[in-house]
Amino acid sequence: MFGSSRITVTLDGGTLTISPRGEIDHHSARILRDRIDNEMYLNRPAILILDLSGVDFMDSSGLGLLLGRYQRAAEIGCALKLAGCSARTKKILELSGADKLFDFLAKA
Amino acid sequence: MKQKKNASSAGAGRRIINEMRLRLPASSVNEGVARGTVGAFLAQLDPTVEELADLKCVVSEAVTNCVVHAYGGRGGAIYITVRARADREVELSVRDCGCGIADVAEAMRPMFTTDKSGERSGMGFAVMQAFADRVRVRSEVGKGTKVTVTKRLSAAGER
Repeated sequence: MFGSSRITVTLDGGTLTISPRGEIDHHSARILRDRIDNEMYLNRPAILILDLSGVDFMDSSGLGLLLGRYQRAAEIGCALKLAGCSARTKKILELSGADKLFDFLAKA
Repeated sequence: MKQKKNASSAGAGRRIINEMRLRLPASSVNEGVARGTVGAFLAQLDPTVEELADLKCVVSEAVTNCVVHAYGGRGGAIYITVRARADREVELSVRDCGCGIADVAEAMRPMFTTDKSGERSGMGFAVMQAFADRVRVRSEVGKGTKVTVTKRLSAAGER
């Protein structure tokens, strides 16, 4: 899960968009976390969009991944936005109140 | 007489119609294996997409707790049992022989985590509780933990 072929990265001006496909659990979150952080520190974007439209499963490890990226992005002055969230992903975010931290986009 | 009949039909509903037992090494790759296997077992009950996703998320959380917390990434065995009852209640239990939990109530509190890296949400038990009807946790320090979750699936006529 989340080998390099399953994560698409695009940079458009100051906007970095990362689109993982597949399942986000504790196992895959580590790979995805490293890739996002590498791209974020390398490109130093003003805006980071995580496009979750291709994610068909996410548990609380995915929530941890998003909260961690929120912190890392804030540390370098980057605004993190979430795109293509399913109702289920939003429900997990809402359980923790984390939905209030993020800007949501319908699509990337 | 009527009471007797009701009690008897309730008893019939509690009958186990199928059961699966699974033993997996506590490796993170088995989080997905456990989800997929439990999902395949539940398919026979014709759950809704939502119900199936709820229970796959519950098993993922419970197995992740075994890998991360019970065994601390050092490996061990995870025992998963799924029972399907005639009244469409599913009972899922996930047991480990790991370090155990000293304070179960604290561990189940939303946002509680022992992780200092900011990468764990501390929402595992809260997600289980949100997606199941009942979550029971029995744990003994040094012996292990058993999480038992029940959820009644809707019948076709109730949808």
